[in-house]
Amino acid sequence: MAIVGRALLILALVVAVYGIFASIFGARRNRPDWVVSGRRAVYTVAALATAAFAILEVAFLTSDFSYATVASHSSTTTPLFYRAAAAWSSQEGSLMLWLWLLSMWSSLVLFLTRKQLRIVAPYATAVLLGFAAFFGSLLVFFNTPFGVLSQPPAEGVGLNPLLRHPSMMIHPPMLYSGYTLFAVPFAFAIGALITRQVGAADWIRSTRRFALGAWFFLGIGILLGARWSYTELGWGGYWAWDPVENASLLPWLTGTAFIHSIMIQEKRGMLKIWNVSLVLATGILAILGTFLVRSGILDSIHAFGGSTLGVPFVTLIAVMIAGSIGLVVWRREALRSENRLDSLLSREAVFLANNLVLVAMAFVVFWGTFWPLIAEALTGDRRSLAAPWFDRYTVPLALVLVLLSGIGPVIAWRKATASNARRNFLAPAALAIVLGLGLAAAGVASRPLALIMFVVGAFVIVSVGQEFWRGIAVRRALTGEWPPAALVSLVARNRRRYGGYLVHVGMALLFIGVAASTAFNDRHEVSLSAGQSAKVGDYSFKYLRATSSISKSKDGSLEKITLGSVMSVSRGRKVVATLRPTRGYYPTDDPTLGPVSRYFDGNATSEVGLKAGLRRDLWAAMTPDLDALQPQIDRGDQVFGATAGKLTPMVEAQLLGVALRGLAAGYLKNPPPATFLLITSPLVTWIWLGAIVVFLGGLIAMWPGDRDAVRRRVKARYAARVAQDLGRVPRGAQTVAATGSVAPDAGS
Amino acid sequence: MDVLAFLVIVAVIVAIATVLSAPLRNRKVDARDARGDRLDELEARKQAKYGEIRDAEMDFKTGKLSQADHTLLDRQLRAEAMEILRAIDREG
Repeated sequence: MAIVGRALLILALVVAVYGIFASIFGARRNRPDWVVSGRRAVYTVAALATAAFAILEVAFLTSDFSYATVASHSSTTTPLFYRAAAAWSSQEGSLMLWLWLLSMWSSLVLFLTRKQLRIVAPYATAVLLGFAAFFGSLLVFFNTPFGVLSQPPAEGVGLNPLLRHPSMMIHPPMLYSGYTLFAVPFAFAIGALITRQVGAADWIRSTRRFALGAWFFLGIGILLGARWSYTELGWGGYWAWDPVENASLLPWLTGTAFIHSIMIQEKRGMLKIWNVSLVLATGILAILGTFLVRSGILDSIHAFGGSTLGVPFVTLIAVMIAGSIGLVVWRREALRSENRLDSLLSREAVFLANNLVLVAMAFVVFWGTFWPLIAEALTGDRRSLAAPWFDRYTVPLALVLVLLSGIGPVIAWRKATASNARRNFLAPAALAIVLGLGLAAAGVASRPLALIMFVVGAFVIVSVGQEFWRGIAVRRALTGEWPPAALVSLVARNRRRYGGYLVHVGMALLFIGVAASTAFNDRHEVSLSAGQSAKVGDYSFKYLRATSSISKSKDGSLEKITLGSVMSVSRGRKVVATLRPTRGYYPTDDPTLGPVSRYFDGNATSEVGLKAGLRRDLWAAMTPDLDALQPQIDRGDQVFGATAGKLTPMVEAQLLGVALRGLAAGYLKNPPPATFLLITSPLVTWIWLGAIVVFLGGLIAMWPGDRDAVRRRVKARYAARVAQDLGRVPRGAQTVAATGSVAPDAGS
Repeated sequence: MDVLAFLVIVAVIVAIATVLSAPLRNRKVDARDARGDRLDELEARKQAKYGEIRDAEMDFKTGKLSQADHTLLDRQLRAEAMEILRAIDREG
């Protein structure tokens, strides 16, 4: 089937190129038939990419090692769950995922807008197909996932053990969904610029949900990556300002700025240049993010690719930047604002400030991420910037951002008066200050930045809570509903507003968690033998006993050997947790190593011992001292060396199992000391809970409106108008006619 | 290349050609005129303006706008909405 997969990719590339020309030709010659054909090209690329991706997935699931990519990224010992995900651990598989997701999202947006955006859509189609053609050509000419081996190996290399984590199954598709979804508003912005429709409201309305979806999925991807880092990498943190982490954060920051500022354009016709620049920058940063993961130009624990794709990606990014700047300059007349800011005390002004902070953060992250390349170009010396450099600039900006997210919801559009502002800010500010004084008295003042974050976080939560409370009171006064029903109908009537408010609460919770866990964590790296203890903050960690196990795959072959420990954690005399940190050793296929050494000189991963709680996480990772096991490992290698060629592979595998089991039993009986990293960290769980609230709010905000209800209301209004002209009002239209007011759109 | 793979690829090519050429062979596609686009744009502007009116009303009811400010703003927004409705009627 590899040849069919390859043919499908070539056809996808040809169809994408055809679609670009059909769309542009149709638009320029006013030929709707060609435009429709171009749109069909997108659907066709989606179908071809789906079929090709399915062929690749089947190869991974069935461990078909005739495919080079399967042989180098999977194995029969890789669990089925991870075999399905192994496809996108490879460079070619991840490019395939990019193409597939892009084609699916492109098809969705073009299907939904097939009866509108007649002028803009053909050019947007051409841009989306341009991306598809780019990734298609990478898959056809540079990195095909359908390369075959003339002599397939009996066993594959296996999935990188670091990636054998549930988050990693979902993390890349989420990130790539975010990146590819950002291509949609990018493409429509390009189309709007070309056709001078950039000030129009309909393309923004049609694509804003895709921008929100991109923000949503990219955010989930980033958080899953943080969670993976916290539980899998064994360093005790969730964010390290790693270049690849930063690469995903950049479009998320500018995308967040865009989904705020676009509301000002929708409502007031302002900030057109700013908005179009933001959406174009976000699209470019999404491509840059993909490039950073795959190019290997910056050192990162997350970068899994070589540098073979550097030239095509840099060319694409250069074309996108030059084209974007050229179009914005070319259409600057059409991008003039229709209105001016009425007052600095308005929601528009707060949104603008929020945008400036987000873009400043993006600039800091961009500068810090690319500093090694900039420094190398200027001085010839490659120097990286560490976490303290990023913290110095991003922490104050984050404080301002969180504060603004509490001010925005309680300030009116257009113009608020000082007395209204006083009334709305009084309770949240007073409660936040009281909390701050209480925390300062409790000793939190020793970390002033954390204290400020707690205060502004509390301000946000109270101000948004007040907004919900008042909204519910208004609904109850209007309808007499009981409070939960009033809350539901309040949110349902304006999902975008109240979903957004919930996002602000989630972000406040998340930043409180970040501030607390960063400022008040205690960590201790110590070597312990069984029976020994170490003190970390108020907690005592005791190494009770060693553990060991050998994992087999379904076919009986050995997947890994795991050495671990059981620890009890006590506070005072009370045991509060039992932790089981382990270290898993996966074999390498390096033929220069002995059969036993291969297990200990290959890849190793940490499974941390974690007791998570609302108030505090207790966290432990261990690294056994392998020097103590080395004599046994060497002896095993010697035995197998002496019998080399005399045993059948099956007998050798059985004997290896016996040797490793003996080694594991020896480790249990006489455990050597192990190095432990022990951490107590407050409010880490708030980060994950905050993230859940953020994504719940995002889901509410982007949930489709009840189009049928809108259609029914519109129909009823027309019926009422006809009846009015005829001098009588039909029963079904009475309510609408009687109100005489504009009908609210539930979903807006 | 085995025969089955060859046949599959040929079938896919035929299917693609059929799907892509169908609109060119059958010219009865939805040939909407520029008026339809202007109506879509006006409809989008109308919805945005209605959203503004609703927001202002909610801002007033939740104490973010005074009665005087709201009355002034509401009048202005409704006048803008009426302009859009007139434009829709002109197009219609």
